[in-house]
Amino acid sequence: MALALQTFATVKDANAALKSAGTRYLGGGTLVVRAANEGDVSVSSPVRSTDPALSAIEVGGGKVRIGASVTMAEIARHPELGPLAKAARAVGGPAIRNMATVGGNLFAPAPYGDFAVALLALDAAVGTDNGEMPIETFLVGRDDSRAIVTSVSFTKPDNFRFLKVSRVKPKGVSVLSIAVVLEQAGDGTVSSARIALGCMADRPMRAKAAEKALLGRTLDPDGIAPALAAASEGTAPITDPIASAWYRAEVLPVHLGRLLLG
Amino acid sequence: MTKVPVQFTLNGSEKAEFIDSGTTLLNALRDKIGDTSPKGGCHQGTCGACSVIIDGELRLSCLTLAETCNGATITTTSGLAEGGVLHPLQRAFLDTFATQCGFCTPGMIMAAKVLLDHTPNPSREDVVEALSGNICRCTGYEPIIQAVLSAARANSQNAA
Repeated sequence: MALALQTFATVKDANAALKSAGTRYLGGGTLVVRAANEGDVSVSSPVRSTDPALSAIEVGGGKVRIGASVTMAEIARHPELGPLAKAARAVGGPAIRNMATVGGNLFAPAPYGDFAVALLALDAAVGTDNGEMPIETFLVGRDDSRAIVTSVSFTKPDNFRFLKVSRVKPKGVSVLSIAVVLEQAGDGTVSSARIALGCMADRPMRAKAAEKALLGRTLDPDGIAPALAAASEGTAPITDPIASAWYRAEVLPVHLGRLLLG
Repeated sequence: MTKVPVQFTLNGSEKAEFIDSGTTLLNALRDKIGDTSPKGGCHQGTCGACSVIIDGELRLSCLTLAETCNGATITTTSGLAEGGVLHPLQRAFLDTFATQCGFCTPGMIMAAKVLLDHTPNPSREDVVEALSGNICRCTGYEPIIQAVLSAARANSQNAA
């Protein structure tokens, strides 16, 4: 399948080009070129933008803004994004991390998209030329999204935890991934919790029942038990060659427990 | 089909070609330029056989469009030997029997070269991590890991 690549200096011009049929935005190539190599004929003309703003990382005043073209490798080695490095390193092998972008990860179907799970727990805002929207809203509508994602922004977390479960070490496709952002009161009880799950639906999802069950509880085996019991609520895990939906649902509370107690 | 010009430095020499727009770097290197050292394995970014080094970073040539490499400096395994003398990594792969069918070898050597360029004395864990995107179905990996560690030792002895 031959492709006709169109390159634009600005996101605005690239957005205009994406109005034509057969176009799709090309980030690092790990989704779009892969699809073309597999025989997906719906893409005949990839569109990309070399706008330098897409490649910038800004950290200041407790806020982080990551351009959509920033790669997993750039996040993993950034000195001020330490807590996120684990989630960025969970994506692919070294070559994939040099190519795969933050923006692309938001569109990666399960079992891929581990970094988007982290961004969901961080309650990131997804930026386009039309403004920003909450990542939860973005993920719901991502299949019909045409506007180029330009950035993700979030508040730097104090207590961010991430876990990816895979069968092959050190690099393997996800059985599931979990990201948690916690706030604790002075007495150690949980005052706020955001729990995001990967592979437990066709895209990253929040475990809202578990979040609620964690409020006011301490992080010990008894304290987290109600949250673990509620962890699978609302999930619809995928079945693929890595694991069945049944297996994913069975092991989710085990891994969530380890992450919360760790 | 639209033809587009591409120009880059491949293993130290300037290359310029007209290619079909949308051609992957893998196909441009193999079919247009005649460098068959990068191998087409899965074409999905899973096996690492097509790994090359672009501007110092390990990339997958099967998922990279050639025209995005204009002005880049590209290294492939075929450019490592100098004047008939094998690169220390190539020597080590031979000495430790790290090659059987050989299909993964050029990709493995590219991944290992990037590692040793940045980390001249890697730990075993460093090597395993660096090779984690490259699949080998013959060797069971152990001889490959030993080859990279042995090349690192040879390098540090030469430097001393």
